[in-house]
Amino acid sequence: MVKINGEDVNANGKKLTDYLKDAGYDNRFIAVEINEEIISKSQYAETVLKDGDVVEVVNFVGGG
Amino acid sequence: MTPTKEEMLKAFEVRHGKTVQSKFLSSVVAVCGLGGLGSNISISLARAGIGKLILIDFDKVDITNLHRQQYKADQIGMLKTSAMLENLKEIAPYTEYETHAVRITEDNIYELLRDADIICEAFDNAEAKAMLANFVLEKLYDKYLVSASGMAGIGSSNLVKTRKVSEKFYLCGDGVSDVNTSGGLYATRVMLCAAHQAHTVLRILAGEYDI
Repeated sequence: MVKINGEDVNANGKKLTDYLKDAGYDNRFIAVEINEEIISKSQYAETVLKDGDVVEVVNFVGGG
Repeated sequence: MTPTKEEMLKAFEVRHGKTVQSKFLSSVVAVCGLGGLGSNISISLARAGIGKLILIDFDKVDITNLHRQQYKADQIGMLKTSAMLENLKEIAPYTEYETHAVRITEDNIYELLRDADIICEAFDNAEAKAMLANFVLEKLYDKYLVSASGMAGIGSSNLVKTRKVSEKFYLCGDGVSDVNTSGGLYATRVMLCAAHQAHTVLRILAGEYDI
């Protein structure tokens, strides 16, 4: 299982870029950390989610 | 009459204690965006006696800002950096201020932010927020980032929270209330979020890292 924003998700072996797309995120508005390390947007396509990973997808919305 | 620097320092120390105040005084905080969030964050931090504030915004004060941003009606048309500096100097005359009337881009961000200990992201545009967060987390990882997402609309004040995403990355707001879909911005809710951000800055400086 991969813990994504606090929830267990069956995403082992899935590419980060595919997870983000399937979950409906727009890459322009997010920052992603895996195990407290920021993932550069250029790395989304080659990053594979592994069992036990803790993923935070921060989705920014407008307003300030 | 404006008090002397020594009189103000003494007043700060009475309120915050000498140890905490010396930490505030020796710190540099950058505020990126001087709108509803940034204008309120700047005033709170100046009032707390932060040593130096770096204030960045490319925009001018508009009549549609006055309902939530800390400017005055006669400041419409001024650069927000100039108007904010004017207001802050009236409140906290001995704080050091550095202003930049520029749009923050990937080309100038390093130069603008490299001297800051803590960076407050206070933009209104979601894409700009994400750009700043990604840049700081990737390239300026020795600094703390206090960002905001979700404070639009007239939803409950109790939904506005501070979350610690990772060791040096804090996120304030309700996380979901988008200005484009949640019905405008209210001074009160934006100020709540700004207060979360400013308070997080003070807590970090005081050595209180948990939320």
